[in-house]
Amino acid sequence: MSDLKKEFFKGIFEENPTFRLILGMCPTLAVTSSLINGLGMGLATLAVLLCSNIMISSIRNLIPAKIRIPAYIVVIAAFVTVVDLVMAGFTPELHQELGIFIPLIVVNCIILGRAEAFASKNGILPSIVDALGMGIGFTLSLSLLGFIRELIGAGTILGVPLFGANFQPVLIMVLPPGGFLTLGLLIGFFNYLSNKG
Amino acid sequence: MGFGSLVSIAISAILVNNFVLSRFLGICPFIGVSKDTESALGMGMAVTFVMTLASIATWTINRFLLVALGITYLQTVTFILVIAALVQLVEMIVQKTSPTLYQALGIYLPLITTNCAILGVALLNEQEGYSLVESTVHGFAAGIGFSLALLLMAGLRERINYADIPQPLRGIPIAFITATLLSLAFFGFSGL
Repeated sequence: MSDLKKEFFKGIFEENPTFRLILGMCPTLAVTSSLINGLGMGLATLAVLLCSNIMISSIRNLIPAKIRIPAYIVVIAAFVTVVDLVMAGFTPELHQELGIFIPLIVVNCIILGRAEAFASKNGILPSIVDALGMGIGFTLSLSLLGFIRELIGAGTILGVPLFGANFQPVLIMVLPPGGFLTLGLLIGFFNYLSNKG
Repeated sequence: MGFGSLVSIAISAILVNNFVLSRFLGICPFIGVSKDTESALGMGMAVTFVMTLASIATWTINRFLLVALGITYLQTVTFILVIAALVQLVEMIVQKTSPTLYQALGIYLPLITTNCAILGVALLNEQEGYSLVESTVHGFAAGIGFSLALLLMAGLRERINYADIPQPLRGIPIAFITATLLSLAFFGFSGL
């Protein structure tokens, strides 16, 4: 039991995919111009990661080692298509906003990385826990980035203005350069914390 | 479809909507392989080559197979498989023709499969409704734009190695902060 707990929390803190492993950078930077986009992307990735980890872990003994990577990619792509269609049906605005980054979840290194490094070697239960930990860690990181960028760049949180009419938003924070800057400083901050502790 | 529109697609993909610096596609190799200019050049060439081929291949398959049969919902799955096969081909060619380059690119060559810039270019071609020629030009120009960003970044990082950077920011964080400035510079092209 304590092992599972460790697997779960490692994805959130010491092996956080965004700030410690530096994986999945493209969606991390591209969609975090607001909190809701970051959160939506994080949850979509979590869903795909969870499904693909369960599937790959349960068929891991059936896949020949030589063609395992293409096999994983097909499994992942299938689940991404499902998520894509579900989002188009139920959250059309978010789907529009995230654009091509939803099909691009296929090439998010976190998902293939967990399939290869974890789900292909472990049973279903640990794989579920691993997917939940990593997925929640990724969602939290994206939300944090989206929160900071939306707060400084637009002066709002979830679209609600916080600072009154006189606030001049720093527009650059919601544009591409702001994404690079926020992420660079946050990784530096987490490095500082982990070196200290 | 005139020559002018092709030029504008190319300029847009190289400068205005640079794949790395304004669309955020292909960040992993951008940070991972930009430590020296030599491997940056190799990676850039490999990506440009694969991107151009992938644009042609995915356009053809999309038009004559998926659209014709009415199964466009299989796009994501099909495109990624086509790209994976292409990358394998390029990997074999590089391994045979240039072992040094193969060694320098190391694990990043197979990783081109999961380079979102390649799948991104295929999806964008489809989204914009480009013709075959337009898709090819777009794919090639996107690759050049990627290489340009990668080379600039590698040049900067070679110099940053000699700077005195605060301990927690060394390595990847400072690379992102450098990318901020590069991205800011490319942002100026949006007036074009």
